[in-house]
Amino acid sequence: MKFGVVVFPGSNCDYDTYYALKEVLRQETVLLWHKDHDLQGVDCVVLPGGFSYGDYLRAGAIARFSPLMQEVREFAAKGGRVLGICNGFQVLLELGLLPGAMLRNKNLKFLCQFVHLRVENAGTLFTRRARKGQVLRLPIAHFDGLYYAPLATLQELEENRQVVLRYVDEKGEPTEEANVNGSASNIAGLVNERGNVLGLMPHPERASEALLGSEDGRLIFESLIQS
Amino acid sequence: MIDPKLLSEHNLTLEEYERIAALIGREPNLTELGIFSLMWSEHCSYKSSKAFLKKLPTRGKSVIQGPGENAGIIDIGAGLAVVFKIESHNHPSFIEPFQGAATGVGGILRDIFTMGARPIALLDSLRFGPLQDARNRTILDGVVAGISSYGNSIGVPTVGGEVCFGDGYSKNPLVNVFCLGLAEKEKIFYAKAEGIGNPVLYVGSKTGRDGIHGATMASAEFGKETEQKRPNVQVGDPFKEKLLLEACLEVMDKGLIVGIQDMGAAGLTCSTAEMPAKSGTGISINLDLVPQREEGMTPYEILLSESQERMLLVARKENVAEVQKIFAKWDLDAVNIGEVTAGPNLKVSFRGETVVDVPVEAVVNLCPVYRRPSRKPGYLRTAQKLDPPPPASDPGAALLRVIASPTIADKEWIFRQYDHMVQTNTVLLPGADAAVLRIKGQKRGLAMTLDGNGVYCYLDPRMGGAVAVAEACRNLACVGARPLGVTNCLNFGNPEKPEVMWQFKKIIEGMAEACRAFEIPVTGGNVSFYNDTEGLSIHPTPVLGIVGLIDDLDRLVGPAFRPEGDAILLLGENTGELGGSEYLRTIHGLERGLPPRIDLEREKAVQDVCREAIADALIMSAHDLAEGGLAVGAAECCILGRTSVGCTLDLADDLPPDALLFGEAQSRILLSVSAGLLPRVLGLASAKGVPARVIGRTGGRDLVIRHKGQELVRLSVDRLRAAWKGSLPGALAVR
Repeated sequence: MKFGVVVFPGSNCDYDTYYALKEVLRQETVLLWHKDHDLQGVDCVVLPGGFSYGDYLRAGAIARFSPLMQEVREFAAKGGRVLGICNGFQVLLELGLLPGAMLRNKNLKFLCQFVHLRVENAGTLFTRRARKGQVLRLPIAHFDGLYYAPLATLQELEENRQVVLRYVDEKGEPTEEANVNGSASNIAGLVNERGNVLGLMPHPERASEALLGSEDGRLIFESLIQS
Repeated sequence: MIDPKLLSEHNLTLEEYERIAALIGREPNLTELGIFSLMWSEHCSYKSSKAFLKKLPTRGKSVIQGPGENAGIIDIGAGLAVVFKIESHNHPSFIEPFQGAATGVGGILRDIFTMGARPIALLDSLRFGPLQDARNRTILDGVVAGISSYGNSIGVPTVGGEVCFGDGYSKNPLVNVFCLGLAEKEKIFYAKAEGIGNPVLYVGSKTGRDGIHGATMASAEFGKETEQKRPNVQVGDPFKEKLLLEACLEVMDKGLIVGIQDMGAAGLTCSTAEMPAKSGTGISINLDLVPQREEGMTPYEILLSESQERMLLVARKENVAEVQKIFAKWDLDAVNIGEVTAGPNLKVSFRGETVVDVPVEAVVNLCPVYRRPSRKPGYLRTAQKLDPPPPASDPGAALLRVIASPTIADKEWIFRQYDHMVQTNTVLLPGADAAVLRIKGQKRGLAMTLDGNGVYCYLDPRMGGAVAVAEACRNLACVGARPLGVTNCLNFGNPEKPEVMWQFKKIIEGMAEACRAFEIPVTGGNVSFYNDTEGLSIHPTPVLGIVGLIDDLDRLVGPAFRPEGDAILLLGENTGELGGSEYLRTIHGLERGLPPRIDLEREKAVQDVCREAIADALIMSAHDLAEGGLAVGAAECCILGRTSVGCTLDLADDLPPDALLFGEAQSRILLSVSAGLLPRVLGLASAKGVPARVIGRTGGRDLVIRHKGQELVRLSVDRLRAAWKGSLPGALAVR
């Protein structure tokens, strides 16, 4: 499977994601420059974490105008797989490929820590290696991770089983305390209706090697590779 | 034109002024005076410290670059080198905490990537006044947010450091920022301006009026009017620096440039003077070509601005187009503003006129060197005396208070605001004895730590200096790392006070002695004098940044106990030294007594035993006993794992209970060992002549400490954890 990791000015998890895919999971992986108009024939586009354009405006608000985003939109529309991690998730929201928006974390501070996540839908292209209800341990690192959407949208997301990951405690309960950034319905990751675009705030690339404290992130990549 | 008032505004003495005039053979004009005032400031010239810093050992077989460049460089084999340095940003962080700290991070990052290294780790040593004072809470909040904003955005993890509290830092916080980068040995770059006729390129942000006289500000005491100096603090743009970092590393990787220097303190002046001074050349630049953010800037302002995120490059003519192409890819300008000349002068033109024409040598190297008078401070006689404090009626209650003292308490509130995992190399999370990073593609790892104890140094400067080095090395030993090299940030009061100078001399002596004992070279650092506000000096606070190498990360251990009933082994001896301890400060409100003594040979042996035990996979955990002593150290081992683990200690030392529990004797490490391997660890210790004895066992849910059969402490680990975790958020939540 061929992965392409997009490099925006200000991306800072681009190389981490590249390393996890290429060196840990041994997949063909290329970096895609945001000013190009070429997806180089990849099977999956990854929008990595970071601070694209400094995120001085709303996170991801400028990156969505990068030239390559035209191709990414078309790719997604044709059913191509797109994975947005952290800032990449924020870019997907700005692109309109996923519904909703991100607000500042509820404590108004940047948060970098391991969190527990429950797999809500194990039937997606991104989670089919996991069990429904499985609790994963992955790190987050963001300032704007409070997921927000109007009530009607939230209901639709639940009905369509688009909520893929939820912040939970160690036992798998979606408590308020476990919802560290204050996201609506504890949402940490969601797919589009068609199921080919996933956005998530936690960083699977930071949890792909035992040496770094968790390998749970591999489930996401391995699900993609398997399917 | 040049009168005493003008000189005093430029922090120059009459003698210094006369020396300048003699060196250039005429009266300097105002712009030239500004240049000399910056380059001859304490911050840039080290004029009060130079003579003493020479005592520090700087050589070693792995040293590629010692003091004198942007950062020190150590060869770690396999074609790689580590590039590291620490810098202070104390003064700006007091005036404007957020931007002061943020630009401190930006500055140290440039020092590292300007040498061709990719920055892979940041650490901070921070000192604040007591949090009961709202002003100190605001400063802490701003400093942490500033560090977080810059480091997180640029994508360099903040992996560790230290945060301490003390009265003396109330109006003089310390913000010392350390950065380490990894470089290919063959691709290291220096601040050279070689090759007459080679173009000089200005890259990065445009120049504005921000930060004019930042370096001179950092070279004077603060009075009540200091807060008016806010415009002297620069404003950081981490996004711009990220672009600059990528573009610079790309032109260096492709070998397109000759030399490079960042524009930090003293901005364009410093880089245009230092680069030719290092190469024995001159430089000629045209200020009309310098990209400017504001209209109507004078040559004085353009040259002295400390606008951030700027670099100066010297390239060969034929490579200029290629360099500009790479910068354009990253949406940055690279403007040719002049050329390298045969010298010996720095020549600056502006609107067709020559506005500066002075020898670079005079600017960079001929600042007077001062051996300022020193005198043993009078306070020592009384401060070093300590009558035994009244014994603690309830040692358990005392432990709960000491573990919740802000210096010892959990710093998660702070470090979870820092992205400490980006770049996916972080093996130990912040809070361990040392930060540990893997080197991708190798079994080896890098360890680093920042350490310093202002109270010890205040009470006995020489001993404090030696202990700081020893403790930093001990932290590295606890993760199995061998120390490679040292950088230091020396924070002191006004060097024109003889007592401050005496502290400085003694601390350097102590540090030098310890560095020689450990055979570790000092590869650079930073001196921050004039940490005085309203006439009061801070405690002398040297911060040591030491970098070590771990041969096999598979063998790494952390500080936390396991629940399986492991034996708890104490390396070293309890001496009951309470002088300068956190216990005295927290429980009795005293900063008194002699700080703990150190025997450097014993210290080395203790560290060797720990390192070898880790390398041979003989132990389950290792933790340095430092601030708070044995009781706090043992409690930390119980708390620091993902789940609480209890333990029981049985002690028999002939010492008063509080001295035994909270004394801060040096050269002690607490290990946990599974029963089967105990004889081997004891054998290792005995072969090296290190006292080692089993003092307890892990297991249960309580921390129990008995002394000669009598129970001194019984506390649930959950309760200890709550006190330790809740302290800082509680103190900071007050509004």
